[in-house]
Amino acid sequence: MSFLIGQSMTGGYGGADILNDCTIAVERGEIAVIVGPNGAGKSTAMKALFGMLTIREGAVQLEGQDITHLTPQDRVALGMGFVPQTNNVFTSMSVEENLEMGAFLRKDDFRATIEQVFDLFPILKEKRKQPAGQLSGGQRQQVAVGRALMTQPKVLMLDEPTAGVSPIVMDELFDRIIEIARTGIAILMVEQNARQALNIADKGYVLVQGSNRFTDTGEALMANPEVRRTFLGGK
Amino acid sequence: MHDVLNAFMLLSNFLIVPATAYGSQLALGALGVTLVYGILRFSNFAHGDTMAFGTMSVILVTSVFQSMGIGIDPLPTALLAIPFGILATTAMVLISDRLVYRHQRKVRAAPVVFLISSIGLMFVLNGLVRFVIGTGDQRFSDGERFIIRFGEFKKLTGLDEGIAFKTSQGLTIVTAIIVVAALFWFLDRTRAGKSMRAYSDNEDLALLSGINPERVVMITWILSATLATIAGTLYGLDKGFKPFTYFQLLLPIFAAAIVGGLGNPLGAIAGGFVIAFSEVTVTYAYKKFLTYLVPESWAPEGLVQLLSTDYKFAVSFVILVLVLLFKPTGIFAGKSV
Repeated sequence: MSFLIGQSMTGGYGGADILNDCTIAVERGEIAVIVGPNGAGKSTAMKALFGMLTIREGAVQLEGQDITHLTPQDRVALGMGFVPQTNNVFTSMSVEENLEMGAFLRKDDFRATIEQVFDLFPILKEKRKQPAGQLSGGQRQQVAVGRALMTQPKVLMLDEPTAGVSPIVMDELFDRIIEIARTGIAILMVEQNARQALNIADKGYVLVQGSNRFTDTGEALMANPEVRRTFLGGK
Repeated sequence: MHDVLNAFMLLSNFLIVPATAYGSQLALGALGVTLVYGILRFSNFAHGDTMAFGTMSVILVTSVFQSMGIGIDPLPTALLAIPFGILATTAMVLISDRLVYRHQRKVRAAPVVFLISSIGLMFVLNGLVRFVIGTGDQRFSDGERFIIRFGEFKKLTGLDEGIAFKTSQGLTIVTAIIVVAALFWFLDRTRAGKSMRAYSDNEDLALLSGINPERVVMITWILSATLATIAGTLYGLDKGFKPFTYFQLLLPIFAAAIVGGLGNPLGAIAGGFVIAFSEVTVTYAYKKFLTYLVPESWAPEGLVQLLSTDYKFAVSFVILVLVLLFKPTGIFAGKSV
C-alpha cells in the first residue's frame, strides 16, 4: 500500500469527466512527478488528491486511511501540504508572516520550523521582513514552498513549482526539492518542464486525457523511446 | 504680526480644530467599512445605521447611569456607557450576520447581493432606531463642556481672536488615536489579526493554511461594531445624535474609505481627514480671516465662502467621483471598486 494513493480516480468540475480511471501514488522520501501534454488533467489529478474537486469514482488514501471525503483543510491537518501554481503567497504580508500563516494550525512553538525553512532557503532569512509581493518569481516560489512546509507535512504537493522562473532558478528549486524529499517527506509534483522533472523523479506518471499512459521510474521513462518521441520533444 | 496671529487663531478655531475632530470621526467610521470590505468583500451600507444603533445603545445606558447618579465628571457619562453600547451593537451585528449574510456566504452569492442585503438591513436598523429613540435630536453630553474656553484663551493671550476647544473634540481626537493604535497593533501583531490580513490578501491560500473563515468573519464584525459604536458616540457627543444625520454620514464615510483605498486601514484614516478638511475648508467663510491679513481697503465685501454649508455633501460626492474616475484604487492602493 502506498503512502498516499489516488486509486482509479474519475471525475471533473461538474461537466464532463476530466480524470478517467487515473491512479497516482507516492511513497515517503520519494519524488513522484506527473507530466503530460496541456489539458491532460495533471493539475486536476493533483487537486483531486487534495480534495479540491470531488471524484465520482475511486478513492484517496493516506497511510491506509480513506480520506476521499475530507475537505482540503482537514487534509492539511492530517499532514498534507499543497503549493498552488499561482497566488501561492500572501503578497501584502512579510516573508516571516507568510511562514507564520503556514503554521496557523499548529499550537506548539514553530520557531524551529521557521529556522529549518530559513536553512533550506537562506535568501528568505535575509528578506524575512519584506512583503512577499516584492520578491522575484523564484523567491516567491521559495516562500510558497516554505509556507507549505510549516505544518511539517508528510506529503508535499507542488503544482508546477518552476512555472515562470529562469532555468538557473529552476535547477536550484529542484535541488531544494530533492533535499526536502531526503528528510522523508513524500513529494508529488506536476511539471511542465518534463525532461528536468523526470531527471529527479523516482517515479513518473505520464497522463493523457485524464488517464495513465505510462507509469515507471523517472529513469525508465526518460529511456522509453515512445515517451521521448511524443512527450519529451524527440532525441 | 498681531493680525497674523489673530487670523491663525480664527482659522484654528473654526477650521482646523473642528475638521480634525470631524476627520477622526470619519476615519473611525471608514475603518469599519474598510475592514468589512477587506474581509467580506462588499460595501456595507448598513454601517451608518450601525453607528446610529451603537450610539442609541450608548445613550440609553447613559441615561440609566445618569438616573442612578453614576458619572465620571468632568468627562461625559457616555464614555462609561460605550462598552455596553459595543456589546449591544456586536450582538446585533452578529445576529444580522447569522440571519442574512451567512446564508449568502453559504451559497457564494455575488458581492452585489451582499450589498443589496446590507441596504435592506440598513432600512431595518433605520426603522428600529427611530422606533426606539425617536427621530428627534438627542443631546447626551454632560460633564465639563470645554477644555479651553474662548474668553479665557483671549484673556490669556491678549489676542482679539481665541480658540475654544470643546471636551468632545479633545475626547474625539484622543480616543481616535488610542483606538487606531490598538487596531493596528491587533492587525499587525496578534495571530487573529494576522489571519484577518491573510484572509483579506488571499482567501484560497488562507483556507489552505487552515484559517477558519467563519472565525475571521466574526472577528471582523466585532471590530466593525466596536468602531461604529465609538465613532457614532464621539460624533454624537460632538454634534448631537439624530438618526437621519447618521444615515447621511454614510456618504462622507464611504467617500473616505474609497479615497483612501477600500480594504486598506491606513487609507481609511487618511481618507477621513481628506474628506473632513475638504468639506470644512470649502464651506468656511474666509471674510474675517482675510480682513485680518490684507490692508483695510482690500477687505472683501462678500463672505468669501466657496460653497454654502448646505452643500457640504456635494464635496464628498465630487471627491468620490474624481477618485473613482482617476484613481479607482484610492490614494493607498486598495482594491478597485
